[in-house]
Amino acid sequence: MTDALKIENLRKIYNGSVQALRGVSFSVKKGDFFGLLGPNGAGKTTLIGILTSLVNKTSGQVSIYGYDIDTQFSEARSLIGVVPQEFNFGIFDSVLNILRYQAGYYGVPWKIAKPRAEKYLKALDLWEKRDTQARFLSGGMKRRLMIARALLHDPQMLILDEPTAGVDIELRRTLWKFLTGLNNEGKTIILTTHYLEDAENFCRNIAIIDEGVLIKHCNTAELLRELDRESFVFYLKVPMTELPVLKGYKFVLQDPLSLEVEMSKEFGLSALFEHLKNNNIEVASMRNKANRLEELFLRLTANDE
Amino acid sequence: MMTLSNKFTAYSTIAMKEVRRTLRLWIQTLLPPLITTILYFIIFGHVIGSRIGMMAGVPYLVFIAPGLIIMPMIINSFASGSTVVYSAKMMHQIEELLVSPMSEFVMLSGYMTGAIFRGLIVGAVVTAATLFFVHFTVDNIALVILTAVLSCAFFALFGILNGVLANSFDDISIIPNFVLSPLIYLGGVFYSVSVLPPFWQKISLFNPLFYIVDCFRYAFLHINHVAVLPGLLALLVMVIVLFLFIWHLLKIGYRLRY
Repeated sequence: MTDALKIENLRKIYNGSVQALRGVSFSVKKGDFFGLLGPNGAGKTTLIGILTSLVNKTSGQVSIYGYDIDTQFSEARSLIGVVPQEFNFGIFDSVLNILRYQAGYYGVPWKIAKPRAEKYLKALDLWEKRDTQARFLSGGMKRRLMIARALLHDPQMLILDEPTAGVDIELRRTLWKFLTGLNNEGKTIILTTHYLEDAENFCRNIAIIDEGVLIKHCNTAELLRELDRESFVFYLKVPMTELPVLKGYKFVLQDPLSLEVEMSKEFGLSALFEHLKNNNIEVASMRNKANRLEELFLRLTANDE
Repeated sequence: MMTLSNKFTAYSTIAMKEVRRTLRLWIQTLLPPLITTILYFIIFGHVIGSRIGMMAGVPYLVFIAPGLIIMPMIINSFASGSTVVYSAKMMHQIEELLVSPMSEFVMLSGYMTGAIFRGLIVGAVVTAATLFFVHFTVDNIALVILTAVLSCAFFALFGILNGVLANSFDDISIIPNFVLSPLIYLGGVFYSVSVLPPFWQKISLFNPLFYIVDCFRYAFLHINHVAVLPGLLALLVMVIVLFLFIWHLLKIGYRLRY
Protein backbone atom coordinates (compact mmCIF):
# COMPACT_ATOMS: atom_id res chain seq x y z
CA MET A 1 0.00 0.00 0.00
CA THR A 2 1.27 3.47 -0.86
CA ASP A 3 2.25 5.59 2.12
CA ALA A 4 0.55 8.92 2.66
CA LEU A 5 3.98 10.46 3.06
CA LYS A 6 7.38 9.08 2.27
CA ILE A 7 10.57 10.97 3.03
CA GLU A 8 13.95 9.64 1.96
CA ASN A 9 17.31 11.04 3.00
CA LEU A 10 16.01 14.58 3.21
CA ARG A 11 18.62 17.27 3.64
CA LYS A 12 18.37 21.01 3.91
CA ILE A 13 21.32 23.34 4.18
CA TYR A 14 20.62 27.07 4.56
CA ASN A 15 23.11 29.58 3.16
CA GLY A 16 25.56 26.81 2.35
CA SER A 17 26.43 26.11 5.97
CA VAL A 18 23.49 25.74 8.38
CA GLN A 19 22.31 22.13 8.28
CA ALA A 20 18.65 22.14 9.24
CA LEU A 21 17.95 18.55 8.16
CA ARG A 22 20.64 15.87 7.95
CA GLY A 23 19.31 12.95 5.95
CA VAL A 24 15.88 12.42 7.51
CA SER A 25 13.90 9.39 6.33
CA PHE A 26 10.51 8.14 7.51
CA SER A 27 7.04 7.42 6.25
CA VAL A 28 3.49 8.03 7.40
CA LYS A 29 0.70 5.55 6.71
CA LYS A 30 -2.60 6.58 5.15
CA GLY A 31 -5.14 7.60 7.78
CA ASP A 32 -2.52 8.04 10.48
CA PHE A 33 -2.61 10.67 13.21
CA PHE A 34 1.06 11.55 13.24
CA GLY A 35 3.01 13.83 15.55
CA LEU A 36 6.26 15.47 14.53
CA LEU A 37 8.05 16.47 17.70
CA GLY A 38 11.29 18.14 18.53
CA PRO A 39 12.75 21.03 20.49
CA ASN A 40 12.88 24.54 19.04
CA GLY A 41 15.30 24.69 16.12
CA ALA A 42 15.20 20.93 15.61
CA GLY A 43 14.13 21.21 11.96
CA LYS A 44 10.38 20.58 12.27
CA THR A 45 9.30 23.77 10.54
CA THR A 46 11.87 23.23 7.79
CA LEU A 47 10.49 19.74 7.26
CA ILE A 48 6.90 21.02 7.15
CA GLY A 49 8.08 23.80 4.83
CA ILE A 50 9.53 21.25 2.41
CA LEU A 51 6.37 19.14 2.47
CA THR A 52 4.28 22.21 1.68
CA SER A 53 6.83 23.48 -0.87
CA LEU A 54 7.59 26.71 0.96
CA VAL A 55 11.16 25.53 1.46
CA ASN A 56 13.40 24.17 -1.30
CA LYS A 57 15.13 20.98 -0.18
CA THR A 58 18.86 20.57 -0.74
CA SER A 59 18.60 16.85 -1.53
CA GLY A 60 16.46 13.79 -0.88
CA GLN A 61 13.03 12.70 -2.03
CA VAL A 62 9.54 13.38 -0.76
CA SER A 63 6.35 11.85 -2.08
CA ILE A 64 2.75 12.50 -1.05
CA TYR A 65 0.44 9.55 -1.73
CA GLY A 66 3.03 8.35 -4.24
CA TYR A 67 3.36 11.70 -6.03
CA ASP A 68 6.82 13.24 -6.07
CA ILE A 69 6.67 16.82 -4.76
CA ASP A 70 9.11 18.01 -7.45
CA THR A 71 7.99 16.27 -10.62
CA GLN A 72 4.29 15.86 -9.77
CA PHE A 73 3.89 18.95 -7.62
CA SER A 74 0.36 19.73 -8.78
CA GLU A 75 -1.00 16.29 -7.83
CA ALA A 76 0.97 16.24 -4.57
CA ARG A 77 -0.13 19.71 -3.46
CA SER A 78 -3.79 18.99 -4.33
CA LEU A 79 -3.76 16.29 -1.67
CA ILE A 80 -2.44 18.50 1.13
CA GLY A 81 -4.24 21.02 3.30
CA VAL A 82 -1.87 23.31 5.18
CA VAL A 83 -2.49 25.08 8.48
CA PRO A 84 0.58 27.22 9.17
CA GLN A 85 1.49 28.50 12.59
CA GLU A 86 1.25 32.17 11.59
CA PHE A 87 -1.99 33.71 10.34
CA ASN A 88 -1.50 34.34 6.64
CA PHE A 89 -4.82 35.49 5.26
CA GLY A 90 -5.91 38.96 4.19
CA ILE A 91 -7.11 40.66 7.35
CA PHE A 92 -9.39 42.99 5.38
CA ASP A 93 -11.13 40.10 3.62
CA SER A 94 -14.30 38.58 5.02
CA VAL A 95 -14.26 35.01 6.32
CA LEU A 96 -16.29 33.81 3.34
CA ASN A 97 -14.04 35.61 0.83
CA ILE A 98 -10.93 34.08 2.40
CA LEU A 99 -12.47 30.66 1.81
CA ARG A 100 -13.61 31.63 -1.69
CA TYR A 101 -10.06 32.64 -2.66
CA GLN A 102 -8.57 29.52 -1.15
CA ALA A 103 -10.93 27.27 -3.11
CA GLY A 104 -10.11 29.23 -6.25
CA TYR A 105 -6.34 28.81 -5.82
CA TYR A 106 -6.93 25.05 -5.82
CA GLY A 107 -9.10 25.31 -8.92
CA VAL A 108 -12.29 24.48 -7.05
CA PRO A 109 -15.27 26.51 -8.33
CA TRP A 110 -17.17 28.35 -5.60
CA LYS A 111 -20.41 26.47 -6.31
CA ILE A 112 -18.60 23.28 -5.23
CA ALA A 113 -16.64 24.85 -2.40
CA LYS A 114 -19.53 26.84 -0.88
CA PRO A 115 -21.33 23.86 0.73
CA ARG A 116 -17.97 22.73 2.16
CA ALA A 117 -17.35 26.23 3.49
CA GLU A 118 -20.73 26.19 5.21
CA LYS A 119 -20.11 22.70 6.62
CA TYR A 120 -16.72 23.53 8.11
CA LEU A 121 -17.64 27.03 9.30
CA LYS A 122 -20.61 25.56 11.14
CA ALA A 123 -18.52 22.69 12.54
CA LEU A 124 -15.95 25.17 13.78
CA ASP A 125 -18.55 27.60 15.09
CA LEU A 126 -17.68 30.38 12.65
CA TRP A 127 -20.77 30.46 10.45
CA GLU A 128 -22.19 33.53 12.21
CA LYS A 129 -18.94 35.36 11.44
CA ARG A 130 -18.91 34.53 7.73
CA ASP A 131 -19.30 38.16 6.61
CA THR A 132 -16.94 39.58 9.24
CA GLN A 133 -13.53 40.87 8.20
CA ALA A 134 -10.78 38.61 9.50
CA ARG A 135 -9.17 41.43 11.47
CA PHE A 136 -12.18 41.51 13.80
CA LEU A 137 -11.89 37.81 14.72
CA SER A 138 -10.35 36.65 17.98
CA GLY A 139 -7.12 34.64 17.94
CA GLY A 140 -9.02 31.40 18.45
CA MET A 141 -11.44 32.21 15.63
CA LYS A 142 -8.55 32.97 13.30
CA ARG A 143 -6.99 29.63 14.17
CA ARG A 144 -10.26 27.83 13.38
CA LEU A 145 -10.61 29.81 10.15
CA MET A 146 -7.18 28.56 9.06
CA ILE A 147 -8.32 24.98 9.61
CA ALA A 148 -11.57 25.53 7.69
CA ARG A 149 -9.58 27.15 4.89
CA ALA A 150 -7.19 24.20 4.65
CA LEU A 151 -10.12 21.81 4.15
CA LEU A 152 -11.87 23.68 1.32
CA HIS A 153 -10.36 21.58 -1.46
CA ASP A 154 -11.08 18.34 0.43
CA PRO A 155 -7.44 17.26 0.94
CA GLN A 156 -6.48 13.72 1.92
CA MET A 157 -3.78 14.96 4.26
CA LEU A 158 -3.87 17.84 6.71
CA ILE A 159 -0.58 19.30 7.87
CA LEU A 160 -0.77 21.52 10.94
CA ASP A 161 2.12 23.45 12.42
CA GLU A 162 1.43 24.05 16.10
CA PRO A 163 -2.37 24.15 15.68
CA THR A 164 -3.05 24.74 19.35
CA ALA A 165 -0.30 27.29 20.03
CA GLY A 166 -1.65 30.18 22.08
CA VAL A 167 -5.23 28.96 22.32
CA ASP A 168 -7.17 28.44 25.54
CA ILE A 169 -7.89 25.01 26.97
CA GLU A 170 -11.52 24.92 25.80
CA LEU A 171 -10.61 25.70 22.22
CA ARG A 172 -7.73 23.24 22.39
CA ARG A 173 -10.17 20.49 23.28
CA THR A 174 -12.57 21.59 20.52
CA LEU A 175 -9.77 21.51 17.96
CA TRP A 176 -8.54 18.08 19.03
CA LYS A 177 -12.08 16.74 18.86
CA PHE A 178 -12.50 18.23 15.39
CA LEU A 179 -9.18 16.82 14.18
CA THR A 180 -9.99 13.41 15.61
CA GLY A 181 -13.28 13.51 13.70
CA LEU A 182 -11.44 14.30 10.47
CA ASN A 183 -9.01 11.48 11.15
CA ASN A 184 -11.92 9.10 11.72
CA GLU A 185 -13.24 10.11 8.28
CA GLY A 186 -9.95 8.83 6.84
CA LYS A 187 -7.89 11.98 6.54
CA THR A 188 -4.22 11.68 7.42
CA ILE A 189 -3.25 14.21 10.07
CA ILE A 190 0.35 15.33 10.50
CA LEU A 191 1.11 17.93 13.10
CA THR A 192 3.78 19.51 15.17
CA THR A 193 3.01 20.46 18.74
CA HIS A 194 4.74 21.48 21.91
CA TYR A 195 1.90 20.03 23.96
CA LEU A 196 3.33 16.55 24.46
CA GLU A 197 0.33 15.54 26.51
CA ASP A 198 -1.82 16.12 23.43
CA ALA A 199 0.62 14.20 21.26
CA GLU A 200 0.48 11.32 23.73
CA ASN A 201 -3.31 11.34 23.73
CA PHE A 202 -3.99 11.78 20.02
CA CYS A 203 -1.03 10.75 17.86
CA ARG A 204 -0.85 7.06 16.99
CA ASN A 205 2.68 7.42 15.66
CA ILE A 206 5.34 10.00 16.26
CA ALA A 207 8.71 11.09 14.98
CA ILE A 208 11.16 13.02 17.10
CA ILE A 209 13.72 15.22 15.40
CA ASP A 210 16.64 16.87 17.10
CA GLU A 211 19.32 18.99 15.46
CA GLY A 212 18.10 17.91 12.03
CA VAL A 213 18.37 14.21 12.78
CA LEU A 214 15.51 11.75 13.21
CA ILE A 215 16.10 10.21 16.61
CA LYS A 216 12.86 8.27 17.00
CA HIS A 217 10.07 7.13 14.72
CA CYS A 218 7.63 4.69 16.20
CA ASN A 219 4.23 3.91 17.57
CA THR A 220 3.39 6.20 20.50
CA ALA A 221 2.26 3.37 22.76
CA GLU A 222 5.43 1.38 22.03
CA LEU A 223 7.54 4.41 22.82
CA LEU A 224 5.79 4.93 26.12
CA ARG A 225 6.52 1.34 27.07
CA GLU A 226 10.21 2.19 26.83
CA LEU A 227 9.84 4.40 29.86
CA ASP A 228 11.27 2.31 32.71
CA ARG A 229 10.75 4.74 35.58
CA GLU A 230 7.77 6.83 36.54
CA SER A 231 7.06 9.43 39.19
CA PHE A 232 3.78 9.98 41.02
CA VAL A 233 2.60 12.55 43.48
CA PHE A 234 0.31 11.33 46.27
CA TYR A 235 -1.92 13.84 48.08
CA LEU A 236 -2.29 12.72 51.66
CA LYS A 237 -5.23 13.05 54.04
CA VAL A 238 -3.02 13.53 57.11
CA PRO A 239 0.26 15.50 57.17
CA MET A 240 3.36 13.32 57.12
CA THR A 241 6.48 13.96 59.17
CA GLU A 242 8.61 10.89 58.51
CA LEU A 243 9.38 9.42 55.09
CA PRO A 244 8.51 5.76 54.52
CA VAL A 245 11.25 3.39 53.38
CA LEU A 246 10.63 0.72 50.73
CA LYS A 247 13.18 -0.99 48.51
CA GLY A 248 12.90 0.06 44.86
CA TYR A 249 10.99 3.26 45.65
CA LYS A 250 12.38 6.71 46.22
CA PHE A 251 10.29 8.99 48.43
CA VAL A 252 10.50 12.78 48.57
CA LEU A 253 8.21 14.95 50.66
CA GLN A 254 7.22 17.99 48.63
CA ASP A 255 5.22 19.37 51.55
CA PRO A 256 3.56 17.66 54.56
CA LEU A 257 0.56 16.67 52.41
CA SER A 258 2.32 15.85 49.13
CA LEU A 259 4.49 12.79 48.75
CA GLU A 260 6.49 12.25 45.58
CA VAL A 261 7.41 8.68 44.67
CA GLU A 262 9.83 7.65 41.93
CA MET A 263 9.73 4.00 41.04
CA SER A 264 10.85 1.47 38.52
CA LYS A 265 8.04 0.04 36.37
CA GLU A 266 8.92 -3.51 37.46
CA PHE A 267 7.86 -2.82 41.05
CA GLY A 268 4.35 -1.54 40.25
CA LEU A 269 1.87 0.38 42.36
CA SER A 270 0.29 -2.50 44.32
CA ALA A 271 3.25 -3.01 46.63
CA LEU A 272 3.47 0.70 47.21
CA PHE A 273 -0.20 1.02 48.17
CA GLU A 274 0.13 -1.93 50.53
CA HIS A 275 3.19 -0.38 52.17
CA LEU A 276 1.42 2.97 52.59
CA LYS A 277 -1.61 1.23 54.10
CA ASN A 278 0.55 -0.76 56.54
CA ASN A 279 2.13 2.51 57.66
CA ASN A 280 -1.30 4.13 58.16
CA ILE A 281 -0.70 6.63 55.39
CA GLU A 282 -4.04 7.55 53.81
CA VAL A 283 -3.99 8.76 50.22
CA ALA A 284 -6.66 11.23 49.06
CA SER A 285 -5.65 11.31 45.37
CA MET A 286 -2.66 10.90 43.08
CA ARG A 287 -1.33 12.00 39.68
CA ASN A 288 1.57 11.37 37.34
CA LYS A 289 4.30 13.80 38.26
CA ALA A 290 5.14 14.49 34.63
CA ASN A 291 3.62 13.66 31.28
CA ARG A 292 5.14 10.33 30.22
CA LEU A 293 5.89 11.38 26.68
CA GLU A 294 7.43 14.57 27.99
CA GLU A 295 9.73 12.50 30.16
CA LEU A 296 10.85 10.42 27.19
CA PHE A 297 11.12 13.43 24.96
CA LEU A 298 13.45 15.19 27.38
CA ARG A 299 15.52 12.07 27.75
CA LEU A 300 15.82 11.53 23.99
CA THR A 301 16.63 15.12 23.20
CA ALA A 302 18.91 15.68 26.18
CA ASN A 303 22.25 17.26 25.35
CA ASP A 304 25.08 14.82 26.02
CA GLU A 305 27.38 17.55 27.25
CA MET B 1 -3.26 17.37 -12.03
CA MET B 2 -5.14 20.62 -12.56
CA THR B 3 -7.36 20.62 -15.62
CA LEU B 4 -7.58 23.64 -17.90
CA SER B 5 -10.81 24.56 -16.15
CA ASN B 6 -9.13 24.31 -12.71
CA LYS B 7 -6.30 26.51 -13.97
CA PHE B 8 -8.73 29.10 -15.25
CA THR B 9 -10.52 29.10 -11.89
CA ALA B 10 -7.20 29.69 -10.12
CA TYR B 11 -6.17 32.41 -12.59
CA SER B 12 -9.49 34.25 -12.41
CA THR B 13 -9.47 34.03 -8.60
CA ILE B 14 -6.17 35.93 -8.39
CA ALA B 15 -7.17 38.42 -11.07
CA MET B 16 -10.65 39.05 -9.61
CA LYS B 17 -9.24 39.45 -6.13
CA GLU B 18 -7.10 42.31 -7.41
CA VAL B 19 -9.99 43.77 -9.43
CA ARG B 20 -12.17 43.80 -6.31
CA ARG B 21 -9.33 45.33 -4.30
CA THR B 22 -8.83 48.10 -6.86
CA LEU B 23 -12.54 48.94 -6.87
CA ARG B 24 -12.97 48.62 -3.09
CA LEU B 25 -10.01 50.92 -2.41
CA TRP B 26 -11.07 53.48 -5.07
CA ILE B 27 -10.08 56.36 -2.81
CA GLN B 28 -6.49 55.07 -2.93
CA THR B 29 -6.46 53.65 -6.44
CA LEU B 30 -8.73 55.74 -8.67
CA LEU B 31 -9.20 59.12 -7.02
CA PRO B 32 -5.53 60.25 -6.79
CA PRO B 33 -4.75 59.81 -10.51
CA LEU B 34 -8.03 61.53 -11.35
CA ILE B 35 -7.22 64.57 -9.20
CA THR B 36 -3.61 64.70 -10.44
CA THR B 37 -4.73 64.62 -14.08
CA ILE B 38 -7.28 67.36 -13.50
CA LEU B 39 -4.56 69.49 -11.87
CA TYR B 40 -2.24 68.85 -14.83
CA PHE B 41 -4.93 69.99 -17.24
CA ILE B 42 -5.68 73.10 -15.21
CA ILE B 43 -2.03 74.10 -14.74
CA PHE B 44 -0.28 72.86 -17.86
CA GLY B 45 -3.28 72.96 -20.13
CA HIS B 46 -5.11 76.16 -19.30
CA VAL B 47 -2.71 78.34 -17.31
CA ILE B 48 0.56 77.60 -19.13
CA GLY B 49 -0.79 75.89 -22.24
CA SER B 50 -2.80 78.93 -23.35
CA ARG B 51 0.50 80.85 -23.65
CA ILE B 52 2.21 78.05 -25.57
CA GLY B 53 -0.44 77.84 -28.27
CA MET B 54 0.24 75.08 -30.79
CA MET B 55 2.63 72.13 -30.56
CA ALA B 56 3.34 69.64 -33.37
CA GLY B 57 0.48 71.19 -35.29
CA VAL B 58 -2.24 70.79 -32.62
CA PRO B 59 -3.31 72.90 -29.61
CA TYR B 60 -1.02 72.26 -26.63
CA LEU B 61 -3.93 70.96 -24.55
CA VAL B 62 -4.70 68.34 -27.19
CA PHE B 63 -1.00 67.50 -27.56
CA ILE B 64 -0.51 66.63 -23.89
CA ALA B 65 -3.82 64.74 -23.48
CA PRO B 66 -2.62 61.27 -24.62
CA GLY B 67 0.49 61.51 -22.46
CA LEU B 68 -1.59 62.56 -19.45
CA ILE B 69 -3.80 59.52 -19.97
CA ILE B 70 -1.03 56.92 -20.40
CA MET B 71 1.10 58.33 -17.55
CA PRO B 72 -1.22 57.33 -14.66
CA MET B 73 -1.95 54.04 -16.38
CA ILE B 74 1.75 53.17 -16.32
CA ILE B 75 2.24 54.35 -12.75
CA ASN B 76 -0.82 52.47 -11.47
CA SER B 77 -0.17 49.19 -13.20
CA PHE B 78 3.36 49.30 -11.80
CA ALA B 79 2.11 50.24 -8.33
CA SER B 80 -0.47 47.47 -8.37
CA GLY B 81 2.07 44.81 -9.37
CA SER B 82 4.70 45.87 -6.87
CA THR B 83 2.50 46.54 -3.84
CA VAL B 84 0.29 43.49 -4.23
CA VAL B 85 3.21 41.08 -4.57
CA TYR B 86 5.37 42.73 -1.92
CA SER B 87 2.51 42.97 0.60
CA ALA B 88 1.55 39.34 -0.05
CA LYS B 89 5.18 38.39 0.51
CA MET B 90 5.58 40.38 3.72
CA MET B 91 2.20 39.32 5.19
CA HIS B 92 2.90 35.70 4.12
CA GLN B 93 -0.33 35.66 2.09
CA ILE B 94 1.64 34.57 -0.95
CA GLU B 95 2.14 31.26 0.86
CA GLU B 96 -1.53 30.51 0.17
CA LEU B 97 -0.63 30.49 -3.52
CA LEU B 98 2.75 28.82 -3.18
CA VAL B 99 1.34 25.78 -1.37
CA SER B 100 -1.51 25.41 -3.86
CA PRO B 101 -1.28 23.18 -6.96
CA MET B 102 -1.43 26.12 -9.37
CA SER B 103 1.62 26.62 -11.57
CA GLU B 104 3.79 29.70 -11.40
CA PHE B 105 2.58 30.55 -14.91
CA VAL B 106 -1.02 30.77 -13.68
CA MET B 107 0.03 32.75 -10.62
CA LEU B 108 1.98 35.28 -12.66
CA SER B 109 -0.78 35.60 -15.26
CA GLY B 110 -3.32 36.28 -12.51
CA TYR B 111 -1.21 38.95 -10.83
CA MET B 112 -0.41 40.54 -14.19
CA THR B 113 -4.07 40.65 -15.23
CA GLY B 114 -5.07 42.26 -11.94
CA ALA B 115 -2.41 44.95 -12.35
CA ILE B 116 -3.33 45.54 -16.02
CA PHE B 117 -6.94 45.97 -14.95
CA ARG B 118 -5.97 48.68 -12.51
CA GLY B 119 -4.00 50.49 -15.21
CA LEU B 120 -6.90 50.26 -17.67
CA ILE B 121 -9.60 51.33 -15.22
CA VAL B 122 -7.45 54.31 -14.21
CA GLY B 123 -7.03 55.06 -17.92
CA ALA B 124 -10.80 54.98 -18.41
CA VAL B 125 -11.43 57.29 -15.46
CA VAL B 126 -8.70 59.73 -16.54
CA THR B 127 -9.93 59.68 -20.16
CA ALA B 128 -13.42 60.56 -18.96
CA ALA B 129 -11.97 63.49 -16.98
CA THR B 130 -9.88 64.56 -20.00
CA LEU B 131 -13.02 64.96 -22.10
CA PHE B 132 -14.15 67.75 -19.77
CA PHE B 133 -11.08 69.78 -20.76
CA VAL B 134 -10.34 68.88 -24.32
CA HIS B 135 -12.16 67.49 -27.33
CA PHE B 136 -10.36 65.29 -29.81
CA THR B 137 -11.14 62.43 -32.11
CA VAL B 138 -9.33 59.13 -31.77
CA ASP B 139 -7.42 58.29 -34.91
CA ASN B 140 -7.00 54.53 -34.31
CA ILE B 141 -8.95 53.01 -31.41
CA ALA B 142 -7.43 49.54 -31.92
CA LEU B 143 -3.94 51.00 -31.62
CA VAL B 144 -4.98 52.96 -28.53
CA ILE B 145 -6.18 49.74 -26.86
CA LEU B 146 -3.16 47.71 -28.01
CA THR B 147 -0.67 50.31 -26.78
CA ALA B 148 -2.53 50.72 -23.49
CA VAL B 149 -2.71 46.97 -22.81
CA LEU B 150 0.93 46.33 -23.77
CA SER B 151 2.16 49.31 -21.73
CA CYS B 152 0.13 48.27 -18.68
CA ALA B 153 1.32 44.67 -19.12
CA PHE B 154 4.96 45.72 -19.24
CA PHE B 155 4.71 47.93 -16.18
CA ALA B 156 2.55 45.43 -14.33
CA LEU B 157 5.33 42.87 -14.85
CA PHE B 158 7.98 45.42 -13.94
CA GLY B 159 6.06 46.10 -10.73
CA ILE B 160 5.70 42.39 -9.97
CA LEU B 161 9.45 41.96 -10.47
CA ASN B 162 10.06 44.85 -8.10
CA GLY B 163 7.71 43.22 -5.57
CA VAL B 164 9.50 39.87 -5.82
CA LEU B 165 12.95 41.42 -5.41
CA ALA B 166 12.05 44.00 -2.74
CA ASN B 167 13.10 43.43 0.84
CA SER B 168 11.49 46.52 2.31
CA PHE B 169 8.85 49.13 1.50
CA ASP B 170 11.72 51.47 0.63
CA ASP B 171 12.68 49.09 -2.16
CA ILE B 172 9.27 49.40 -3.81
CA SER B 173 9.29 53.19 -3.68
CA ILE B 174 12.75 53.60 -5.22
CA ILE B 175 11.74 52.55 -8.75
CA PRO B 176 8.63 54.75 -9.11
CA ASN B 177 10.29 57.77 -7.52
CA PHE B 178 13.79 57.61 -8.97
CA VAL B 179 13.35 55.70 -12.22
CA LEU B 180 9.77 55.77 -13.44
CA SER B 181 8.89 59.41 -12.75
CA PRO B 182 12.01 60.89 -14.41
CA LEU B 183 11.58 58.64 -17.44
CA ILE B 184 7.91 59.60 -17.77
CA TYR B 185 8.52 63.34 -17.42
CA LEU B 186 11.44 63.16 -19.85
CA GLY B 187 9.46 60.91 -22.21
CA GLY B 188 7.74 63.73 -24.06
CA VAL B 189 4.44 63.87 -22.19
CA PHE B 190 4.55 67.66 -21.90
CA TYR B 191 6.61 68.59 -24.93
CA SER B 192 7.55 67.49 -28.39
CA VAL B 193 11.10 66.14 -28.54
CA SER B 194 11.53 68.13 -31.75
CA VAL B 195 11.80 71.30 -29.62
CA LEU B 196 14.82 69.84 -27.79
CA PRO B 197 18.44 70.48 -28.84
CA PRO B 198 19.78 67.66 -31.10
CA PHE B 199 21.84 66.13 -28.24
CA TRP B 200 18.80 65.75 -25.97
CA GLN B 201 16.72 64.47 -28.87
CA LYS B 202 19.23 61.62 -29.20
CA ILE B 203 19.20 61.00 -25.45
CA SER B 204 15.40 60.78 -25.57
CA LEU B 205 15.67 57.87 -27.97
CA PHE B 206 17.17 55.80 -25.13
CA ASN B 207 14.12 56.40 -22.98
CA PRO B 208 11.63 53.51 -23.41
CA LEU B 209 8.82 55.71 -22.09
CA PHE B 210 9.33 58.04 -25.05
CA TYR B 211 8.27 55.27 -27.47
CA ILE B 212 5.18 54.44 -25.44
CA VAL B 213 4.05 58.07 -25.18
CA ASP B 214 4.86 58.65 -28.86
CA CYS B 215 2.92 55.56 -29.93
CA PHE B 216 -0.07 56.40 -27.74
CA ARG B 217 -0.14 59.95 -29.06
CA TYR B 218 0.04 58.63 -32.61
CA ALA B 219 -2.91 56.34 -31.95
CA PHE B 220 -4.95 59.35 -30.75
CA LEU B 221 -3.71 62.23 -32.90
CA HIS B 222 -1.72 60.69 -35.75
CA ILE B 223 1.36 62.64 -34.60
CA ASN B 224 4.63 60.80 -34.13
CA HIS B 225 8.38 61.36 -34.00
CA VAL B 226 9.54 57.82 -34.58
CA ALA B 227 8.09 54.83 -36.43
CA VAL B 228 5.32 53.26 -34.34
CA LEU B 229 5.53 49.61 -35.39
CA PRO B 230 9.13 48.94 -34.24
CA GLY B 231 8.31 50.57 -30.92
CA LEU B 232 5.24 48.39 -30.45
CA LEU B 233 7.14 45.26 -31.43
CA ALA B 234 9.92 46.16 -29.01
CA LEU B 235 7.30 46.61 -26.28
CA LEU B 236 5.77 43.23 -27.09
CA VAL B 237 9.19 41.56 -26.96
CA MET B 238 9.97 43.25 -23.63
CA VAL B 239 6.64 42.02 -22.19
CA ILE B 240 7.42 38.45 -23.26
CA VAL B 241 11.03 38.56 -22.00
CA LEU B 242 10.01 40.08 -18.67
CA PHE B 243 7.21 37.53 -18.26
CA LEU B 244 9.58 34.64 -18.94
CA PHE B 245 12.18 36.05 -16.55
CA ILE B 246 9.71 36.50 -13.66
CA TRP B 247 8.19 33.09 -14.41
CA HIS B 248 11.66 31.61 -13.99
CA LEU B 249 12.18 33.48 -10.70
CA LEU B 250 8.85 32.19 -9.39
CA LYS B 251 9.67 28.64 -10.46
CA ILE B 252 12.92 28.61 -8.52
CA GLY B 253 11.18 30.43 -5.68
CA TYR B 254 13.62 33.34 -5.71
CA ARG B 255 13.06 35.32 -2.49
CA LEU B 256 9.75 33.52 -2.03
CA ARG B 257 10.75 29.99 -1.10
CA TYR B 258 13.64 29.43 1.24
